[in-house]
Amino acid sequence: MTHQAKSAIVGLGISDVGKIYGRSATSFALQAIDRALEDSGLRKEQVDGLLLQNGIAQPGIGLQLQNQAGLKNLRLVNHMNAMGATPVSMVQYATMAIQNGMAGCVICVFADAPLQDPGARSSAAMNMARNRAQPTGWASLDAHIGQLNPNAGYAMAARRHMALYGTTSEQLGAIAVSTRAWAVNNPIAQFHTPITIEDHQASRFIAEPFHLLDCCLISNGAVAVIVTGKERVTDLKSKPAYVLAMAQGFTGNSRRAGDTHDYMTGATIARDTLYGQIGITPQDIDICELYDCYTYTTLVTLEDYGFCGKGEGGPFVEDGKLGPGGRLPTNTGGGELSAFYLWGMTPLSEGVIQARGSGGDRQVEKHDLILVTGNGGMLDYHASLILSQNAA
Amino acid sequence: METTMEQAPPERPVPIPDEASQPFFDAAAEGKLLLKHCAACNRYLAPQAEFCDKCLGEAVTWREASGRGTVYSFIINHQVGHPGFAPLVPYNIIVVEVEEGPRLNSNYLGPNDELAVGMAVKVAFERAGEVIVPKWVTA
Repeated sequence: MTHQAKSAIVGLGISDVGKIYGRSATSFALQAIDRALEDSGLRKEQVDGLLLQNGIAQPGIGLQLQNQAGLKNLRLVNHMNAMGATPVSMVQYATMAIQNGMAGCVICVFADAPLQDPGARSSAAMNMARNRAQPTGWASLDAHIGQLNPNAGYAMAARRHMALYGTTSEQLGAIAVSTRAWAVNNPIAQFHTPITIEDHQASRFIAEPFHLLDCCLISNGAVAVIVTGKERVTDLKSKPAYVLAMAQGFTGNSRRAGDTHDYMTGATIARDTLYGQIGITPQDIDICELYDCYTYTTLVTLEDYGFCGKGEGGPFVEDGKLGPGGRLPTNTGGGELSAFYLWGMTPLSEGVIQARGSGGDRQVEKHDLILVTGNGGMLDYHASLILSQNAA
Repeated sequence: METTMEQAPPERPVPIPDEASQPFFDAAAEGKLLLKHCAACNRYLAPQAEFCDKCLGEAVTWREASGRGTVYSFIINHQVGHPGFAPLVPYNIIVVEVEEGPRLNSNYLGPNDELAVGMAVKVAFERAGEVIVPKWVTA
């Protein structure tokens, strides 16, 4: 393995997260920025770049965040969008800007506040479907057949995987169980009660084959990370998380015969770039922090990064190796399934925490190579990082 | 005494044809499933396609399809995402890979427990309000 860190994440700010009502996405974003600055020891005046992404909150955060945060004389600003992959890719674009002298210290922010109504039990996506004006044309055909939220697309992909490879609901359940086991020791996770495969199987169906416990949470909150050059870390307050490698991948989806997008995602493209940059194989990776909007997303991402063969994800996960004490610690903060759902910031923030060794009761002993992935759309957009406590 | 107005329960959304989709629904009313077709590539496209994603051309026209396909995947949806579906849950959504190549999202008109990935299906037509919608039955 040969590498030099490309950049360093030197500040992490996580706002209050979860079912916190009555606050705007901007309010969460400003709190996350403030906490990231505090964590890094940097002054606001030292930040010269701002990359941001809004979730589905309307109104959400936008380019006006620069002025709301009182950030003056920036050299890099953009409102970015590769859906759920964006937080991970923001770190990549920040790194590229820093490496090319465009900026020295870039703050990357994601915020969302989809839960606005106390007592509402429905997801933001469901609310969007309800509040949407009566669609016409092809969109009205989608509404008529009952395809009203993102669950359908992921459940279809999981069903296809099951049919092709014999993957079972219990195997998906093993991912829900191991992910929850990690959440138990994450103080800011929304769920702290361990679950069993039986609990998973008994949870109500959402979109078969998905049970409730196959699906991620919905959360309000924001996360900010501060990216700077690897040489600038010496005088800072917190231990850095070094970015050793970074990659993206997009297979495209033709939605016609022969397309394998549902079970061979953009991760199959990103993998070669990512591993190739530093000459590693999956066996070298200590921890995985994977975008887990559904249990299936974890499973297919593990396959696509070569931790097991294509189609072998079910048997691979069913022995519990992803959980605490297991051979491949995965989603060590509880992921989007059990901790909080702030898109790609969920795996990214936990990757930073593990790289720094600040995971407390859930800290994984060996944390030299951490795979962090972001995923967006219906497995359409993918970005990944290798983080480490070591710069080289 | 308190009185309440009798309100009709909300109904499942019906398709509302627009300029782009009107020929599709007109053909369905005559018992035909239409796809798009690119003459330059001699290749069928989804009904929604306005361009050919192979040659990037705009010479895309309607053409009648065989109406045969297989179930690529399916789900049984239990969520009531629109109040009109409350009496219908759990209902299925299927992806049909039609013989001509494109994958189309629709519903299977038979019982949910008949569904299997790879099963052969053929088009059938169901009324939804004023329009006729292509759906699928076992072949």
